[in-house]
Amino acid sequence: MAITQHRLIFKHIDAPGYTRDIACYRKHGGYEMLKKGLGMGGAAIREEVKKSQLRGRGGAGFPTGTKWGFIDPSKVTKPIYLICNADESEPGTFKDRQIIYKDPHQLIEGMILSCFANGVKLAYLYIRCEFTEGWRILETALAEAKAAGFLGKDILKSGYDLEIHVHRGAGAYICGEETGLIESLEGKRAYPRIKPPYFPAVLGLYMCPTIVNNVETLCNVRHIVEMGGDAYAKIGRPNNTGTRLLCVSGDVVRPGYYEFPCGAVTLGQLIYDVCGGIRNGRKLKAVIPGGSSAKVLRAGETYKMKAKDIHGNTVDREVRLEDLPMDFDSLAAAGSMAGSGGVIVMDDTRDMVECLANISAFYAHESCGQCTPCREGVLWLKKILARIAEGHGKEDDPALLRDVADRIAGRTICAFGEAAAWPVQSFIGKFKEEFQIRIRRNGTAAKTDTVSLTH
Amino acid sequence: MSVPLQAGMESCVGPEKGELTPAFESQADELISRYPVSKRSAVLPLLHLWQETFGYIGPRGVEWIAKKLSLQEIQVLELVTFYPWFRQKPVGRFHFRVCRTLPCALGGSGKTFAALKKLMNLSSDGHEGAMISEDGLFSLEYSECLASCGTAPVVLRNDEFYEKVDEKRAADLVAGCR
Ligand SMILES: Cc1cc2nc3c(=O)[nH]c(=O)nc-3n(C[C@H](O)[C@H](O)[C@H](O)COP(=O)(O)O)c2cc1C
Ligand code: SF4
Ligand code: FES
Repeated sequence: MAITQHRLIFKHIDAPGYTRDIACYRKHGGYEMLKKGLGMGGAAIREEVKKSQLRGRGGAGFPTGTKWGFIDPSKVTKPIYLICNADESEPGTFKDRQIIYKDPHQLIEGMILSCFANGVKLAYLYIRCEFTEGWRILETALAEAKAAGFLGKDILKSGYDLEIHVHRGAGAYICGEETGLIESLEGKRAYPRIKPPYFPAVLGLYMCPTIVNNVETLCNVRHIVEMGGDAYAKIGRPNNTGTRLLCVSGDVVRPGYYEFPCGAVTLGQLIYDVCGGIRNGRKLKAVIPGGSSAKVLRAGETYKMKAKDIHGNTVDREVRLEDLPMDFDSLAAAGSMAGSGGVIVMDDTRDMVECLANISAFYAHESCGQCTPCREGVLWLKKILARIAEGHGKEDDPALLRDVADRIAGRTICAFGEAAAWPVQSFIGKFKEEFQIRIRRNGTAAKTDTVSLTH
Repeated sequence: MSVPLQAGMESCVGPEKGELTPAFESQADELISRYPVSKRSAVLPLLHLWQETFGYIGPRGVEWIAKKLSLQEIQVLELVTFYPWFRQKPVGRFHFRVCRTLPCALGGSGKTFAALKKLMNLSSDGHEGAMISEDGLFSLEYSECLASCGTAPVVLRNDEFYEKVDEKRAADLVAGCR
């Protein structure tokens, strides 16, 4: 069964003849919403965003209207800053890249509207430096927007001034964490700040109120201005409104990026119908549904969820993995998360020890090193997993891994601690026997064709 | 001898002792002007500019940037050592980064890496720091997720980006450098 996508953010992406220059964007209605928004006024835009129930697309799914509501532009005396988080570094995620490379003006229009709504006069677009071409594309697009009068002084004669500058990262995952990002933008090591007191809304960039939003979130603002918050909230499901960009990678026939109303497809439909099933005629073994930090789901699992019956009573329902709707609340109820929308699929030939060893090597490489439990613990996780994968595991290693992971989560400055612990807790919890078998088989030559790549 | 380069055209040639052209200075000043609140914010942009121009960031770069932004040298150096993109030594003229993270690993990036290593005639494993070929033409290292996991495995050659790089494409990429 073919399932049609609902392309809102990706409407023009990969469409034949669509180019990323401003002329093409304007031919397709580009910057008309900026005109509309400037006419509505900032407070009205904020109200629509609240009504839309939009939730942040960067990972945590925090309601954007609420985030913006922490700052009242009419009362704040300090400057207010907005930063677009285009660090896109959560493994498995490649949606923001499509927007930046193929439709940069959509992002810029959404960003200008968001800045206007919140009384921002200076904004930065923080992009990971590996997107070298993306950076040049954005520089060009910003210059085009400025030349057309959509940026700079007195935008479209509204009296509103705004500058947006691109700032390039330098290859560190932790710059995606919003307070690490702010430190990095201040010209320092990307050491995340402790919250409280350093909530960006209060003490953000240069110790001023700051809004940090993901690329996809900011694009949505443009569409909310277009259709109104109430109409937007009708897309998707209650509390999981709008569309969601899903990135599928790993062992499927057609990996790629797709867009659906939140919760409109199930995990099974996504894997089997949209992505053509598991490649090489194999079977599903495991799937990480929201970027590598999300807890793994095991094929054959069922989850207990609350649902309403025909009389409106809340009842417990068993939901199979294949029937999990791809939205924030369902994936949370299944013990994982929608996160950044990166779905990583593993087939039944994959060795879970190697997959986890690979993931933990990532976190060991990326810990910023501020907190002892994270800096030391994540390195332990990587080393223990590497030794199991190489055939030198010890009987107690699975328990030791669990123990170390449990002592990281909840004891660190930023959520990286959880991001590093969750994969370990879930892989060991759900595939314990594989770790034990691997350890019992110790000494037998390790495969050369490994995915652990821990070195 | 240093080959003059445009910013953004990452290349790894030349010693750090190239000439500081007026164009370089004015590019630096333009970058600094983007941070009216704090000049210190311009450290990363200037480090990028330096590395793109000279191939790496040595003591001269640290000193120059510190002076330019009225910072202590350590405030610049501590960024060079923190951010994986920056390097303190030159690498090969063609610097390859192979994505190592899970989706690319599932797509065979281990094989791609091994193939490149063989084609470039390199030794040692290379996750920490790059391996460089004897003639200085090639260098190779792993990188973490490059945000293109749907077209695994992916490779950066200097700042050009390549998708679905299997062993055969790897050979083509290397041949294209010779
Ligand atoms: C370790 C870590 C890495 C993160 N990486 C990213 C990232 O690459 N891109 C992103 O948009 N958000 C990332 N986030 C989430 C940001 O901290 C922040 O919540 C987000 O940018 C807010 O935007 P939103 O409200 O629009 O989702 C990361 C968070 C953590 C803890
Ligand atoms: S949890 Fe890890 S990444 Fe986050 S601040 Fe602590 S050491 Fe740094
Ligand atoms: S894992 Fe290689 S690009 Fe994401």
